[in-house]
Amino acid sequence: MVTQVTSFSRNGLSDWLIQRVSSLILLAYFLFIAVQIGLGVDYTQWRALHDTTAMKVFTLLAVGAFVAHAWIGLWTVFTDYLTEYMLGPIGNIIRPLLQIAVVLALVVYAIWVVQVIWG
Amino acid sequence: MLQVSIYRFNPETDATPQMQDYSIDTGGKDLMVLDVLELIKAEHDSTVTYRRSCREGVCGSDGLNINGKNGLACITPLSETVRKNKLVIRPLPGLPVVRDLVVDMSLFYAQYEKIEPYLQNDTPAPAIERLQSPEDRAKLDGLYECILCACCSTSCPSFWWNPDRFVGPAGLLQAYRFLADSRDQATDERLAKLDDPFSVFRCHGIQNCVNVCPKGLNPTRAIGHIRTMLLNRAA
Repeated sequence: MVTQVTSFSRNGLSDWLIQRVSSLILLAYFLFIAVQIGLGVDYTQWRALHDTTAMKVFTLLAVGAFVAHAWIGLWTVFTDYLTEYMLGPIGNIIRPLLQIAVVLALVVYAIWVVQVIWG
Repeated sequence: MLQVSIYRFNPETDATPQMQDYSIDTGGKDLMVLDVLELIKAEHDSTVTYRRSCREGVCGSDGLNINGKNGLACITPLSETVRKNKLVIRPLPGLPVVRDLVVDMSLFYAQYEKIEPYLQNDTPAPAIERLQSPEDRAKLDGLYECILCACCSTSCPSFWWNPDRFVGPAGLLQAYRFLADSRDQATDERLAKLDDPFSVFRCHGIQNCVNVCPKGLNPTRAIGHIRTMLLNRAA
């Protein structure tokens, strides 16, 4: 049976709001990066940009938004398609396994980014 | 001759459903789809099973999937749906088939029941009726007209995937009908029951419901209003 126990906030409104706010943060971040690349940066400038505290905070914010956004989105997809209702009893095995895989991947990405920008 | 293809399934005798073809003489008239079904039942095959009652778009019994689009057979003229002389009639998608074009609506009604579709007001009832200003009454327009034919909910993928958890467009339109009613006092309790990740928030706004509603109603807009009310309540 699909329950909301594994949902991000266990509340539809919060998930919905987080999904929208995180998408705006990601949009701002990727637009900023695109403009930087569009203007043309070499390694030294790129390094200097990412060494500033403001940029580190911005990157970390974007990663946080990415983790939340990806989890809410994939949780929704999994609880739509990978359910007992859709696949039979096997759905209740496949869904948690994939959810664990996604959580692991997102945690690894987040730690990895922290290591890259603060390491 | 109109080529009609009808979904047939009798769970007592058939292992799998199949499409059965009929050639129907419409006499050159622009009949309603229900008239074609009646012709088939009367003149070709009396075992074809479907629901019908008022035959004028009021009772909501004959919601069917007609040439790929949900609609009421009694108010869908052939000229509106037939292309290349072909009419394909299937039961409403996503619900269990009882027989031929008749579906089991239990899941649909369970969702309707969930939203408590009745006025809740604990103040003593006035002698005659609870009055409402014309402005407050106008807020119910576009909501109260729903006839629960299930065309919208059974065209909604979110309802197909989670019919036990997602209330669906028909139920949510009625949920908003009572949220918007100035005489109802249970707004907060109603909203609290809709706040989980499934009941309202499985709607992703693809508007299949708006596209098929035979009464021209807009469940997506009502769902948007519910979201706004939930936001305001939480803010």
